[in-house]
Parts: sequence; C-alpha cells; structure tokens
Amino acid sequence: MKLSDFFTNPREPLVHHDPYSQIVVSSRVRLARNLDKKPFPGWAKKPERITLMEEIKSAVESQPQMVSAFSERMENLTLLDKQVLVERHFISCEHAQKTVGSAIVMNSNQTLSVMINEEDHLRMQAILPGFQLREAFSIIAHMDIGLEEYLPFAFHPKLGYLTACPSNVGTGMRVSAMLHLPGLVLLEHMNKIINSVNKMGLVVRGLHGEGTDAIGNLFQISNQTTLGEKEEDIIERLHVVIQQIFQHETNARMMLLKQQSETLKDQIGRAYGILSHAYSITTKESLNLLSLMKLGIDLNLFPKEVSLHIDALFMEAQPAHLQKRAQLLKMTSKERDTLRATLIRDKLKQIPEPVLLENGSV
Amino acid sequence: MDYIGASSLYTFFIKTAIANHDLAFIPMFCDVCNAKEATVFLTQMIEGKVQKLNLCESCSKLQGVHDPMGFALADLLLGLGAAQEIEKTSVSCPVCGFSQSDFKKRGRLGCSDCYETFKEGLSVMLRNMHRGMVHTGKVPAKIAAAYKRASQLERLKKLLVIAIQKEEYEEAGGYRDLIQKIESGEEVHEESNDTHPKIIQELLPLEDFSEVTTEGLTKKPLDLPPPGGEENFLL
Repeated sequence: MKLSDFFTNPREPLVHHDPYSQIVVSSRVRLARNLDKKPFPGWAKKPERITLMEEIKSAVESQPQMVSAFSERMENLTLLDKQVLVERHFISCEHAQKTVGSAIVMNSNQTLSVMINEEDHLRMQAILPGFQLREAFSIIAHMDIGLEEYLPFAFHPKLGYLTACPSNVGTGMRVSAMLHLPGLVLLEHMNKIINSVNKMGLVVRGLHGEGTDAIGNLFQISNQTTLGEKEEDIIERLHVVIQQIFQHETNARMMLLKQQSETLKDQIGRAYGILSHAYSITTKESLNLLSLMKLGIDLNLFPKEVSLHIDALFMEAQPAHLQKRAQLLKMTSKERDTLRATLIRDKLKQIPEPVLLENGSV
Repeated sequence: MDYIGASSLYTFFIKTAIANHDLAFIPMFCDVCNAKEATVFLTQMIEGKVQKLNLCESCSKLQGVHDPMGFALADLLLGLGAAQEIEKTSVSCPVCGFSQSDFKKRGRLGCSDCYETFKEGLSVMLRNMHRGMVHTGKVPAKIAAAYKRASQLERLKKLLVIAIQKEEYEEAGGYRDLIQKIESGEEVHEESNDTHPKIIQELLPLEDFSEVTTEGLTKKPLDLPPPGGEENFLL
C-alpha cells in the first residue's frame, strides 16, 4: 500500500453512533516491547539499530493483520509525510524526528500501527474511533501474541516487559482516549476534572500528547502507571473514569442549555459565522470553532449528517494535512491560513444555518 | 589543581563510602591490587570534576590513606589519567556497557539487562513511579510455558523426596520418570499428574509462581456495561 492511499482515504468512520462516541472521539491502546539483551534504540549504535529494525520490520510485516500494509523506513519519508502521520496519531512527534534505523508499519484500514525503534524497539498501537477501549486492546493483544512467536521480547519475572524508560515497565501499556469536552470547558470545570482524574492515577493531556495544548476542547486521558496492575484492570479503571467524565460533560451541557442558553447559541452561531466567512484562519482558531460546531451537532442545532464533514475538517484543517492537499512541500503559515479558510468555507456551504429557537430552549 | 580543605574532604570521604555502598550492586575491587574488596572510598574535586578511587584496607595503609590529613590523590597513586579510567570502570552493564552516569544524562536505560545491573537504584525509582512493584499482567506464552515447566519440575522433585522418605518406591519411580521426561524437554500435561492423584491432593503447593500468571490475555472480557444503551441522554 502506498502512503498517498492513506491520505486520500480517511479513516473508516464510526459505524455505530452510540452516545459515548459523541464525546469520546477515539480510543487507543499502545504496547511497548523490546528485544531481549539488545541495546534499546537510544543506546544502540547505528549498524545495530539498522539490523534490529530490519529484523523487527519483517516480523511485523509477516503478521496476518499487516497484509497489504504500508511499511517504510523513516529515512524514505518526507518531513511533510511524517507530520501528516503525527496529525493522524499514527506516529509520535518523537518518531517523526527519526531517520535511518527506524521504520513504521501500518495496516490498510488504519487501525493498527507499529513504530520500530522509537524509544523502544516496538511501539505498537491500535486506534479506533469512538469509545472502544476494549476492542482496541483486543486488536493490539492479538498483534502482541502473534509477534512474540518470532521476536524474543525482553521480559522479567517480577518487572514484566522491560522498556527503555522505567516509567513504562510492566505491562508496557498506555491506554488513552481522546475526549471532546466543550461543556466542561465553557463552564470552566476542566481544572476540577483534571485534578480528580490525576488522583485516580490517570493523566490528562492535550491534542498531541505530552506537553501540548488542549485546542479544540480535545483532551487525551491515559494511565500513568504500568507496573503492578493487570492490563484489564488498567482498562477498566480508565473505562469507569471516562464514563464518569461523560456524565459530567453531559450534565455540563444540560446546565449550559438551562442557564446560559443565550450564550451557548451565541457561541455556536458565531462559530458558524466565522467559519463560513473567514478568509484566513489559524489551526487553533479553526479547531476551537469546529469544536463548537461539533457541540452544535450534538445539541441537534445541525442535522446529524453534518458531523462527517466536521469530523473530517478536524483532521484536514491541521497544517500538514493542508499542505499535503495543496501538494506543496513548502508553505508559509500565512498561506496555510488562507488555504484553510477556503477549505472550511467550501465545506460550510454544505451545512445549513443552525436552527436557533427564540424561546430559551434550543 | 583545586583542592578542597582537608577537613571538609574527610566528611566527603565518609559520606561517599556510605553512598557508594548503596549503589554498589557488584562488589567493588581495590583499584590498586585489583584483588581484595575495596573498603576505603576516596572522592576528590579536581578542576570541578569528581574523581573517585576505591582501595582495599591494606593498599590504603600502604599508600598512607589511613590518615585523612595526608592521603594522596588518585593520580599520584596510579599515574596521570588514572582517575578518568576509574570512572569508566565503575558499575556498568555487562551486556551493553551502559553506566549509571549515562542513565542520569538520558533518563533511559541501555538494554533489558540494565534492569538487573542497576536493580537497587531502580527499585526506589519504580516504587515512586508505579502502583505496585510486581508485574501481574500478561506473560509471553513461551515464558509462561517455561515457568510452568520449572514449577512442575520443582513440585515433582519435592514429591520424589517425600516418596522416598515414606519408602513408597513405586511412586518414587513414577516421579523419577516424569522428572526425566520434563528434563528431556517433553511436555507433561496436567492429565499425567492425575495418574498420581494422591500426591497432588495431599501435598501439592499448588502455585509456586504465584506472582506470575498467564491470565493476562485469556481472561474473559471486562464485566462492564456496554457503551450506549442510554437513550436520549442529552435533551
């Protein structure tokens, strides 16, 4: 499979629209694995790193899940392609910096990706739309079982799977969900939520993980610890916490509707107005406004079918995706802002004005 | 060279001895004779760099190090550049050559064996980082099978001893055969244990590797309500 096929085909949209999936944008489970007695990628000399990468790459490619997969050495990808993969959450920012001695393998329906020689020899992840943590775990667990036939994973009877950073040792598993929480942000309840989530041993991060801003009211929530708990228990803990956050977000939206209905309508109406008439718009502004549009869809101010367009724009409005669309290797951010505005305006033409009733209720 | 005052050096000297003891995962040998275990640890600041020297009791006396006021420097004892050499030979991973100072610089380890090499220092770190200290999740199938074999073997050997003590020679012969089978790599299923039900019920410590389970992946899915189901939650 060619990389260009990935960019033209969006990820399969979510089939079943359950209420959770309005708020839980995507579910992801990542496993870190290393080969026994081999230097970790950060410590291995270049020739050894290349040998290890080739060995792992062919083992990964041989898996039944990876039939007609995209598989490439990192030095063969342009900076722009790597950035697109980052925006799609297929590779980490760290992996995007890698060149010789690292590789990436992704399955054709864009649910499974394996980073080879990132911080660990293997970082494999399953990513699914909506609230599907258990399903994502099952996908990645099968991959893990398949690979351990071919690759001798570093495993310690007490410490479990051994990883380059001691913070991942044990299960080597990071479970995360991307949540869209405009209600909690508008009510300024997010800090409270983050604090109580932290007390549960979970972490809240921005759109692209560690150290990134929460733009577009998108938050990533994941487990912090990996040792001392079974995989299923970690997933269960996250599952329960996400259900609670879902409840809080739902309550926040109802509260906004009851008490600040005018403000809410005003915000969504303005978002629609700006997005349909702007001629230059930054990533941050567009994602923040698209978030309000998404909220509007959830509140039935727009027809449900619109959500496909808005979800796609969340991805397409990001810098590398825009540039890929323009097929230009170099673009100034100003040029991108203009292109982004044009793209969004065109899409918004297909979306009717929000139905805002006057009598307080929406 | 930039010497620290003699009296302050003395305190440094003792503190280092304690600190080094904490971090000494393998016994440290004397840097002079390389034969006896080092018990005297010297640390000195030279041009802002820490230099270390480990000596055994007799060599330290020979070099006059027993007197904290008058001991000589690593370089004076072993020749110029010796101190750097010592820094290199301090604890490092036998598999990948990674050292403690590399870990301080990078915050990442060198290879899977580093966990064994730097075990003591790491255990403190892991305690602060994680919920528990023992992995309870998934185990690779091959390793799980090896654990099972090892625990089976251990169990059978215990049973063999008991049978011999009880002068149950026929039973003992059965165990011996089973042990030989397992040791020759043959897989002995639980069913074959069933031919000796007496032993299993009476004497068996059932799980020798209670910390390690293979449950991880075979366990039935989480017993949680499926997402969805609640209708009209919003309006």
